Amino acid sequence: MGFDYLEPATIEEAVSLLSKYNGKAKVIAGGTDLMVQVMNKRVKPEYVVDIEHIPGLDYIKYDEKQGLRIGTLTTIEALKKSAELRQRYPIISQAASQFGSRAIRNVATVGGNLCNAAPTANTAQPLIALSARVKIVGPSGERVVPLEDFFISVGSTILERGELLVEIQVPVPPHNTRGVYLKHSVRGIIDLPIVSVAVVSTLEPESGVCRDIRIVLGSVAPTPMRARKAEEIMKGRKVDEASINRSAEVASHEAHPRPSSIRASAQYKKEMIGVLTRRALREVAGK
Amino acid sequence: MKKAIRLRVNGIDNDLLVEPWWSLVYVLREELNLTGTKIGCETGNCGACSVLVDGELVNSCLYPAMKARDKDILTIEKLRGENGELHALQKAFIEHSAVQCGYCTPGVIMAAKALLDENPAPTEEEVREAISGNLCRCTGYAKIVKAIMAVK
Repeated sequence: MGFDYLEPATIEEAVSLLSKYNGKAKVIAGGTDLMVQVMNKRVKPEYVVDIEHIPGLDYIKYDEKQGLRIGTLTTIEALKKSAELRQRYPIISQAASQFGSRAIRNVATVGGNLCNAAPTANTAQPLIALSARVKIVGPSGERVVPLEDFFISVGSTILERGELLVEIQVPVPPHNTRGVYLKHSVRGIIDLPIVSVAVVSTLEPESGVCRDIRIVLGSVAPTPMRARKAEEIMKGRKVDEASINRSAEVASHEAHPRPSSIRASAQYKKEMIGVLTRRALREVAGK
Repeated sequence: MKKAIRLRVNGIDNDLLVEPWWSLVYVLREELNLTGTKIGCETGNCGACSVLVDGELVNSCLYPAMKARDKDILTIEKLRGENGELHALQKAFIEHSAVQCGYCTPGVIMAAKALLDENPAPTEEEVREAISGNLCRCTGYAKIVKAIMAVK
């Protein structure tokens, strides 16, 4: 194994260490992903940079203008327990509640979940569906990028040399916006999903027309994936059985899982994407 | 290169030399001889390694010992009272035949303790949710749930 364990006290120090040891260092927050990878020898860092002790990165804040801000070190259990989220962004609560076990949730962080960049990352899909952005701090300063542009491939993000994800920003959703996150797995929530779906949509209350919608699929592409064609089916259309079924069918076709995987065949995954998308669409439409 | 660290386990401070990559469960078992905590999957899936860190349930197989500094670690060994009396959970597990091979037992009991510390009168559903990170191959969980429900 063989790594040295570094504990920066500030963001600047962390950025400096990550720059200095670029390519040889890995960040640890909770460690529930990293430690598994280290033990399986899938990663072999020479330095592990523990950011747990950097103050001011663990928070859930909301205000009417800026919307929601979540610090990178916020644990999944904190997301699950947050009354604020349950009230204003229940889709995030749902994703946090379907995440591993209590022991995992107590330690795993939202920043870690995103930066680990698994195609199934529970928190990624709802946040993309909510049009979230992430704030990144690096050697040349800060930048804010849309979360849906954050992921490049399995385990790979746009973070450059020395960069650290510090905050997730979610805008205030328009009125009549509802979201749901559904996960399909073998052994309940502790298993990674076979597939998962996050839908956030804004409906016109009287006409039932869909003004805006984002459908984000998990485990059917190298990164969390927007089902854009399925979204187009719904946009501007009245939400009814016909449009829901059509959109779910299109989502199923759009999904492009790899031919074989540990959890399920591509065929099954595509089928279940259709099922989950239909369920999610019905749920956000209040059916 | 080993680092000198102090870990507070079951109320006692221990000065140890640890490699930076050692997990908490390894240190508990190999350096402190607290073998009540078990190693099962080493990937955070089975819960056999469950301990409490600052009162919170943690899979110690995934928790670097380095992270455990300045925190209060509680293992299964501490549940038995100073006078040797078993904890209510331990008694209930015996009374309700909730132990077969015993390998999952310390982990499940720690998960149950974490639950009862937070929620002294859980519903059956809450109990099942609280132990959902603990795998048991022997009992089918029914008696485990009964035992936990019997403790108030």
